[in-house]
Amino acid sequence: MSATVLFDVPGPRGRRRQRIGSAVGLVFVLGLVGLALWRLGINGQLDPARWAILFDTRTNVPQRLLGALVDTLEVAAIGMIAATVLGAFLAVGRLSDHAWVRIPVAAIIEFFRAVPLLVLILFCFLFLPRVGISTSAFGALALGLTLYNMAVLAEIIRAGILSIDRGQSESAYAIGMRKWQVMTFILVPQAVRRMLPVLIAQLVVLLKDSSLGFIVGYLELLRTARSLVETLNFQFGPIYTFQLYVAAGLIYIVVNLLLSWLARILERRSRRDTKTATAEKTELPADVQMGGGGGPL
Amino acid sequence: MSFLAENFPLIRDAFLTTLSLAVVSGICALLLGTLLAAMRVSPVPALRGLATFYVELFRNTPLTVVFFFLAFGIVYIDLQFPSRFLTAVAALALYTAAFVCEALRSGINAVPAGQAEAARALGLDFRQSLTTVVLPQAFRTVVPPLGNVWIALAKNTSIAAGFAVADLTALLQRLSNSAADELALVFVAVVAGYLVITLPSAYVISVLERRLAIVR
Repeated sequence: MSATVLFDVPGPRGRRRQRIGSAVGLVFVLGLVGLALWRLGINGQLDPARWAILFDTRTNVPQRLLGALVDTLEVAAIGMIAATVLGAFLAVGRLSDHAWVRIPVAAIIEFFRAVPLLVLILFCFLFLPRVGISTSAFGALALGLTLYNMAVLAEIIRAGILSIDRGQSESAYAIGMRKWQVMTFILVPQAVRRMLPVLIAQLVVLLKDSSLGFIVGYLELLRTARSLVETLNFQFGPIYTFQLYVAAGLIYIVVNLLLSWLARILERRSRRDTKTATAEKTELPADVQMGGGGGPL
Repeated sequence: MSFLAENFPLIRDAFLTTLSLAVVSGICALLLGTLLAAMRVSPVPALRGLATFYVELFRNTPLTVVFFFLAFGIVYIDLQFPSRFLTAVAALALYTAAFVCEALRSGINAVPAGQAEAARALGLDFRQSLTTVVLPQAFRTVVPPLGNVWIALAKNTSIAAGFAVADLTALLQRLSNSAADELALVFVAVVAGYLVITLPSAYVISVLERRLAIVR
């Protein structure tokens, strides 16, 4: 249903009322923003000298933030690549004809989707070293992200494989391909290609989840901002705290917005492309977008 | 096992904290998210724009960053939540509302156009046709996605542990100095605690889905 059937196109009087209402609302919102800025100003947080530290290479702040961004992207990239590969294997396993493959794989997928991601990361971080598998904060974070996302991606790829026209696998069998050949050469490549926008969207979720590294002490953006604040407080007193936090938060948001935008472009493109076009819209469910272990159970 | 029995009061309190965190922020998120969804389909362009901005912003912000700002950022505009629990509730509710809005909007879009057209033909205005015709049907179709958002919220409460709320996940960090086999037990107990919330929820959702499904 297009939302426009819900109301008449407003007439001149209605439009005037809307404009007045919007103007009042705008003034109210601007008032709130102004109030916040005023309080910040009173506390001296808007002083240009304080913000200049973000671009002052002598203090090492821009380098550290850039390094933190690279580290954050690195853990997300490793998690994404490992999760996609493992997820593809699990997806194929869950579609296997043999129950002794299908059932354990289904159990693995359901287990890793049921556990909160932070608990999974803490398990890798606190428990694995006790039983002789040493994990750094980086390792624990990457492993936790991989395990959870592999389960989510397995379900996404499985849906992709199932959505491919039956004629594809039938004709592959007809020219004498074996089961594994049909899967690896015909179905999985098409499924991954068709699911590309969703995979990028999942990358946004994964990047968001990499901020959990803050809690286990991995030097991602937030934790770096925190440690920079500690060193700078030591040198200059607590005057740069707010600026650094805002910078770290903004970098996260901007990178994620760019990725979301890329996912949307890819989706529009793949919908135009007749080879990959799907009837139904490919979008991540809202609960998976929430990250942190979303997914039905 | 006796280790768990000794620490039973701790575990119970942690479980109750997680549960109340999820329930309170779930209710707030549902209210705010419904309001946002109504704004997104409203006739006023400014309201639509505001709701879209909100959803886009929170969808692309890590929950940890939301927590971080409410815990450490808003003191700089002279605001302060009375307790850490309320900080966590606010962060979870603000974040989850964006996803409730998305789930609901997809539900509103799934209501056939004829329903809204008929409501309008009867002379109902925007508010009436939304609240008496479209939203009730939309809520029925979004039971599964909304339920999944609730389950994801229940799991996301674990992030509050990083911001000094004594929930189930914080228990892990607190008891992490115990011996390895005891720590394994603690992990099992904590995961079981989350499952006690999510498994019955999933069951109720599937029952509701069957009961409320609209046969078209």
